[in-house]
Amino acid sequence: MTEAVPSYLSPTGQEIVFLLLGAVAVGSALLVVTTRQLVHAALWLVVCFGALAGGYLVLTAEFVAWVQVLIYVGAVVVLLLFGIMLTRAPIGRSADLDSGNRLVSALVAVATAVVLVIVVIDGFRTAYTPLRPGSGAAKELGASVFATWVLPFEALSVLLLAALIGAIVLSRTDIPGAPPPDRAGGNGNSPDAHTGANPPSAEDTSPSTAASPAPRTRDNAVSDPTGGNPPPDQTGGL
Amino acid sequence: MHIVYPAVVSALLFSVGVYGVLARRNTILVLMSVELMLNAVNLNLVAFDVWLGDRLHSGQVLTLFVIVIAAAEVGLGLAIVLALYRNRRTVDIDHLRDLSEPLDEPSTAPAPPNTSADHPASSPEAPADEPSSRPAPADPPAEAPSSSPTAPVRGQAGSEHPIKRGGRL
Repeated sequence: MTEAVPSYLSPTGQEIVFLLLGAVAVGSALLVVTTRQLVHAALWLVVCFGALAGGYLVLTAEFVAWVQVLIYVGAVVVLLLFGIMLTRAPIGRSADLDSGNRLVSALVAVATAVVLVIVVIDGFRTAYTPLRPGSGAAKELGASVFATWVLPFEALSVLLLAALIGAIVLSRTDIPGAPPPDRAGGNGNSPDAHTGANPPSAEDTSPSTAASPAPRTRDNAVSDPTGGNPPPDQTGGL
Repeated sequence: MHIVYPAVVSALLFSVGVYGVLARRNTILVLMSVELMLNAVNLNLVAFDVWLGDRLHSGQVLTLFVIVIAAAEVGLGLAIVLALYRNRRTVDIDHLRDLSEPLDEPSTAPAPPNTSADHPASSPEAPADEPSSRPAPADPPAEAPSSSPTAPVRGQAGSEHPIKRGGRL
């Protein structure tokens, strides 16, 4: 592994290509975190991920490179663009993309970079390996995944399914779960909302009928439990 | 290939991601910066897998797993961001301070004393209003005033939080 380390002053073609791709990746990453336009940040992210996929190719990890292209460039960036669209982000330049603590965060990031680069250079100065093509092909990687790493693979598929269902549940608005207490509370707070079955609003709007709010809720809770009234459940649950 | 090169590139990429997470205000940009950090980790994993020549390919397999987890994380994160946007009409992290301490920020300082002032103010008001409205119907059972002030006050306090925060944003 570390025998006969060549000099750093005469880089091979692979190293030159990798360094160029790394420079492109780091530069486009800097543009991602500094650009003033949200959509441009997503597009620079495509450039960064593409350069990283090229770096994986140079490092003979072909299958990882293509998976990177397929999932990151194909799926994740599209998902981020959908998120940008659905949150109605401003399309042009927007001045408020950075928070107020830019200088402090730049200081933290530069300190992180300095510490990491110094440690990495000090630790792996003599690490060298010749690149042999074929070790990261789909055949070897597939055999390894389905022989040694089957259990994490299956666990990961279950995790992906759980994340899928969770994203669907979080995104849909017509599931009668958490939203009804918020809407019932909003109606109960606004004074002009006439919801007769809501005990707080009935007490706010008409004090004459506020004589028996608690028996009314008990009547609702007892007499028609299938009436679908969230407010008695809410007051009872609280 | 010297291993220092991918290691340095991934360290720089990770620092850029740290800067993005700390300095960006839009939640989607923070998610993009998290993706940058995960990609830095992936580059490290691939480089060290190639260096060590692992027969099990543990580094590259773990890179595939990290990519899958990152896809799941982005999906869930964007679903959360969309739910947040539906409820609050904003995705700015600086404005989402409901779980923070109310003492240090002057913008968030007036609101929690307001709600905490509403809570003791409305709880004596509700029993004060109750006896004034009680004699007109003239059916004061002993259990009803003891149970009825607690339920409407809780309903008011629970219902005022989203409205006030939505109005403040």
